[in-house]
Amino acid sequence: MINEEYNYWLSNIDGIGPRKIELLRNTFGSAKEVFHASRKELIKRIEKTKREEPIRFFNSDIERVVNSRDEEKIHRDFSRLKEQGIQFVTKEDKEYPERLRPVDNAPFALYIKGKLPDNQQKAIAIVGARECTPYGMEITRYLAGALAREGVVILSGMARGIDSYAHIGALKAGGITCAVLGCGIDICYPRENDRLYLEIQKDGAVLSEYAPGIQPLAGNFPMRNRIISGLSDGILVIEAKERSGSLITVDMGLEQGKEIYALPGRITDSLSVGCNNLIKMGAKPITSAKDILEDLFANYKVTPISGNMNSLPSWLQPEEQLVCQCLGMEPLHLEVLCGKTGLPVNQLMEILLKLELQGMIRQPMKNYYVLDKTN
Amino acid sequence: MFSKAYSAAIHGIDGLIVSVEADVSDGLPIFDMVGFLGSEVKEARERVKIALKNSGFRLPAKRITVNLSPADIRKEGTAFDLPVAIAILTALGYLPEENLKDVLIIGELSLNGSIRKVNGVLPLVYSAQQQGFTKCIVPKENAKEGAVVGKIETYGVSTLLEAVALLRGEHAAAPEYVDVDALFQNNKQEESIDFMDVAGQKAAKRAIEIAVSGMHNILMIGPPGSGKTMLARRIPTIMPELSFEESMEISKIYSIAGLLDQQGLILKRPFRSPHHTITTSALVGGGHTPRPGEISLAHQGVLFLDELPEFQMNTIEVLRQPLEDKVVTIARLQATYRYPAGFMVVAAMNPCNCGYYPDRNKCSCSVNQVKRYLSRISQPLLDRFDICIETLQMNYKELEAKTQEETSEEIRKRVSIARDMQLRRYQGQNIYFNSQLTPRTIKKFCKLNPKDRQLLEQAFIKMNLSARAYHRILKVARTIADLDQSEKIKSRHISEAICYRSLDQKYWGE
Repeated sequence: MINEEYNYWLSNIDGIGPRKIELLRNTFGSAKEVFHASRKELIKRIEKTKREEPIRFFNSDIERVVNSRDEEKIHRDFSRLKEQGIQFVTKEDKEYPERLRPVDNAPFALYIKGKLPDNQQKAIAIVGARECTPYGMEITRYLAGALAREGVVILSGMARGIDSYAHIGALKAGGITCAVLGCGIDICYPRENDRLYLEIQKDGAVLSEYAPGIQPLAGNFPMRNRIISGLSDGILVIEAKERSGSLITVDMGLEQGKEIYALPGRITDSLSVGCNNLIKMGAKPITSAKDILEDLFANYKVTPISGNMNSLPSWLQPEEQLVCQCLGMEPLHLEVLCGKTGLPVNQLMEILLKLELQGMIRQPMKNYYVLDKTN
Repeated sequence: MFSKAYSAAIHGIDGLIVSVEADVSDGLPIFDMVGFLGSEVKEARERVKIALKNSGFRLPAKRITVNLSPADIRKEGTAFDLPVAIAILTALGYLPEENLKDVLIIGELSLNGSIRKVNGVLPLVYSAQQQGFTKCIVPKENAKEGAVVGKIETYGVSTLLEAVALLRGEHAAAPEYVDVDALFQNNKQEESIDFMDVAGQKAAKRAIEIAVSGMHNILMIGPPGSGKTMLARRIPTIMPELSFEESMEISKIYSIAGLLDQQGLILKRPFRSPHHTITTSALVGGGHTPRPGEISLAHQGVLFLDELPEFQMNTIEVLRQPLEDKVVTIARLQATYRYPAGFMVVAAMNPCNCGYYPDRNKCSCSVNQVKRYLSRISQPLLDRFDICIETLQMNYKELEAKTQEETSEEIRKRVSIARDMQLRRYQGQNIYFNSQLTPRTIKKFCKLNPKDRQLLEQAFIKMNLSARAYHRILKVARTIADLDQSEKIKSRHISEAICYRSLDQKYWGE
């Protein structure tokens, strides 16, 4: 067996997590040594280490290590990784993301599809509620797009809601985005994101600490959050309820010393409570992509396009101007728009179609309109 | 002695003349009835015997045979009681036989000799009139129903003795009379609901106007309390007024179903709103002896399906054939029945389980739940709805606003103009409304100039529309152009039609 196969074995023993792997490697030097050590030897040397630093490593764990030594199976599984185009990276490799190394409880091995961005590249994690509002969805697309256009890597978890829109926004802007999964790298969860799963791999990467075939269990998701925050320079929370999974990512980010950004919301909206609380506790409120960009790049200068959200092209007809002024990031229904503009319904519909074909506005849902900022 | 009276049986929505023959001859005292009778007709024997006795007639101890012909069609219902009694009395010599000629007799007998009302008098009298009958005797309560047919004298009787007196020529009552013109005239004034009552909802109202003009089926999606039902109920008020022929057709169906009121005619376009627990046969009609279902009761009017996803899907799927053919055919062993079913479907539904999507402060349904809710409606069914519109909850300010809303009468005028345009265009084509256009006729009647075709093409690509959606958009654009009194379909008509497109599978979100 080659060295990588030993590493693959070590990272895939049931019940042996990153901490225990660390212990074994520190004790024996490498995965190969662990593999070939006898049971007696394992017990003896681990006992010794345990005396130096208190860590839980039970006899049952030793049994697991001993029982999982099935060379044939390891070899078979490992070669299958290659066939599936999955990159296997461990802490021993130089491809292992530098940012993750200092992270507490960092995964020993990562599975990667696609290409991880450089360590120097700035990255922002965008997280938020699965059941987001249409406004949250629009803002996510806009902010992710604006950041990606400036060369910032957008990190997220490819879950429903905010996560998906963060990836979509970055991809639409032609930027790079990475998704950290809470299941085996070969499983696309949620399934409706299958196109997104492939799109992300084109320029960015999909990565996971879980070996192929591991199902999306609820317990996996909080774990992967430490990778999302670990890989980022800052975490942007778009919409979160008072008790939200996104806040776990924030907690991990704080432990890792990352910058926290939050989208302010109305105090009555239940999906903004989490964000507003973060702001109260010192997170930076975000009102435009500039707020983040100036933190990331010391000499960042506002370019006119990304800086001003409200300027409209002058070639629009007066009525079209009026319609655009009434629209924003909050999707408005035809009916509401009709009341706001005072235009007759049929004329309004004609203008809306024209604007949509020109790419000025978008319909996130049928007959709900927003200004299109992703272009 | 032999005698013959005339009655009629319901067949589909038409009457079929049945002759009731009675013969009294020597032999064992037996009362026999033949002629493929349903059980309620067989029971007429007992009712007739006792009603005759209680009316003061004595049945002699002779052999009485009654035959209902044509003998190969199953007779149902209680309307044969009275003609059987009359035929027997004639055979016994109480009545002169020539008086029964060209007289239609209908009625159920009570044991004490009084006459009770029956269903289906209108179509029965109508077919009698068509076949040259000059007089008809019907239960008193059904007299108005019979009288609206006209050109046939209708007498309402409440007892057997009254009927006998009438046939003997002793009772000089005037025939029942209904002033049909006055009925239609009065009907114009009394309209309790009006589109004027609906505040705001401009887009929805406009969509409904278009839907009615081209008889397009319409689907309304909106949260509870956003006025879906209120809008739907008012749709009949903007449909063109009923003509006498249409009214007669509807009244016949209602008469058979026993839903005709004292007035004798249905003057308003029907609005039927079956509950979502309805069964297939209650919806399209059926049963051992077929009866018209809700869709026939909605003929020339509106069939409103509230809470569309709650309906049993196999129940709703059967609507597809009548929607195309405007008639529902029910086959039974003895006969095939056809009921008219030219109705407009108006359906309403919530956008999700709780009803408030996309308002996230009220709705906590996950995207998946929302999708699952919508997917309860099959694509083929969705394809029947040319127009789909969202209704929004009005806020207090809008409800209180003092703006004068359009009345139904004003909208109706525009609808009538659009309908006239369609009738003129499709003369001799067997098409009456734009909604009936097929892909081939669309090519013929919905021509676009190159610039507008390009617009449609762009929108098509941008919005990722299906081929089905394409045809629906053209049909609706045709109607919008008709409302605009324009023979050409212009870009503004297309733009508007696109807004009313039916929801696709990828309705919500990305």
